[in-house]
Amino acid sequence: MSRIILIQAAYFAASVLFIFGLKAMNSPRTARRGMIMAAFGMAMAMAGAIADPHVTSYGWIVVGVAIGTALGAVIAIWTPMTHMPQRTALSHAFGALAVSLVGAAYFYDASIDLLELGLVKRIALGLEVMLGSLTVTGSLIAFAKLQEWIRGNHAIKGQNYVSVGLAASIIVLMIYTIYDPSQEWAFYLMLVLSLLFGILLVLPIGAADMPVVIALLNSYAGLGAAATGFALNNNILIIAGALDGASGLILAIIMSKAMNRPLLNVIFGRIQASTAASADDVYGGKVKSTTAEEIALMLDDASRVVIVPGYGMAVAQAQHAVRDLFVVLEKRGCRVEFAIHPVAGRMPGHMNVLLAEADIPYDRLIEMDDINPTFDTVDVSIVIGANDVVNPDARKGDSPIAGMPIIEVDRSRSVVNIKRSMSPGFAGIPNPLFANDNTVMFFADGQAGVLDIVKEIKAL
Amino acid sequence: MDVLLQINGFYVFMLAAVVGYHIIHKVPPLLHTPLMSATNAISAIAVVGAILVAGAGHSKVSTILGTIAVASAVTNVVGGFLITDRMLKMFKAGKREQK
Repeated sequence: MSRIILIQAAYFAASVLFIFGLKAMNSPRTARRGMIMAAFGMAMAMAGAIADPHVTSYGWIVVGVAIGTALGAVIAIWTPMTHMPQRTALSHAFGALAVSLVGAAYFYDASIDLLELGLVKRIALGLEVMLGSLTVTGSLIAFAKLQEWIRGNHAIKGQNYVSVGLAASIIVLMIYTIYDPSQEWAFYLMLVLSLLFGILLVLPIGAADMPVVIALLNSYAGLGAAATGFALNNNILIIAGALDGASGLILAIIMSKAMNRPLLNVIFGRIQASTAASADDVYGGKVKSTTAEEIALMLDDASRVVIVPGYGMAVAQAQHAVRDLFVVLEKRGCRVEFAIHPVAGRMPGHMNVLLAEADIPYDRLIEMDDINPTFDTVDVSIVIGANDVVNPDARKGDSPIAGMPIIEVDRSRSVVNIKRSMSPGFAGIPNPLFANDNTVMFFADGQAGVLDIVKEIKAL
Repeated sequence: MDVLLQINGFYVFMLAAVVGYHIIHKVPPLLHTPLMSATNAISAIAVVGAILVAGAGHSKVSTILGTIAVASAVTNVVGGFLITDRMLKMFKAGKREQK
């Protein structure tokens, strides 16, 4: 009896540590301490599970823990910061795989031992396996897209009908297994269809919508863990799963708001084909190209510079070059800040992590809503590898990106765009910013281009 | 008794979701990437279920599935917390804030 009490005490302590650990994430000063608390909580929860009287053999647990520790450490130590979105997608697949396998194993044992499965447990097992399975394949597809193993949007004709049909079949099979769990085939067929559904769900979604997708998969993985908690009658799983589910959902909503697109539109829809003016109409002879030397001269008498990073900065691995630019400008007495759009990059907060890696102090990373009102006093805005998030057409009603909040660089005194070519961003529309009187284009690779500018400034 | 226990689960879920909502809303966008890897590590709590399945010795099938589940969940626990710490370590305040 006292053993049971000790185990429950460990689970309870773990829940408290998780909640206060996450609470500490509200400031970069306390976040590390919070994560140590959460990790400690996880260790207590695992100890509680190992001490459970139902656990009679430890060999396989040790094997599993050893493999997982090695794999996790390798991934954690060698993943470059630019690959954080891929790492996150992959880890959602790992978490969901665990959820789904636990559900399947539990169902299998119940069917051979004829343990009685109550109604709530049957529902929980069904949900657990469904959410787990679709998150496994969905996350793997997201990973493949972020890794650029799969390019473009692969939508079959009538894809939405196929998806709806598949979803309906999964629900029917789930109700059937809940009603009559002795029909094992229905349970396993549901598992397979859920795997298929996960693929179809993510395959048509474009790379720039990945922040929303990753956040949603995060939420599913959490809800799957919570369902496991219902199946096993274990509160710690319910609590941790609910925390994760809430977090993923909130992030998904924040991201889709930052694109001014409803969540469902990101999942089932695509941006309509462009109705905007053609690139020739917008740019026709008005785009001015410049050199690193001229940009250095512009920056020479600037007192306030704002840098707007986008996914292109991550692709070009330009964050360290940007750091050099930051240092050289600050040394000349210029105030340099970074304007971060919520959906810049491929996952929530992607740009912040890259710039923090390059030793930019975090108080210079300014959120879009805070920096936008101040652009009238900005001398030079430097846009590196961003496009749609600075497109002033978003203010016009008839644009495909109408209503999307943007970083208002066009209100600063002058704008420098560092870009390899005039190719459009994800929305596939021309950007009138590039043709503005106060805008110049610097056609270069992000990293090489910024280093050239730094060299020219030093030569002044 | 069992039914009562399971209904309790709904209260726990509801309260945890509300607490989670309020806590997560206060996390600044600055830390959204570390937040995601942190919640990912925490949702690897499925490791508890995996340990119970792998160690109960009910059947060969469930032991194998449980072991794979333990391995993948522990990958997330170890990888998730280590990488979150690696990221958080990089966030440094400017000179003025350090005082």
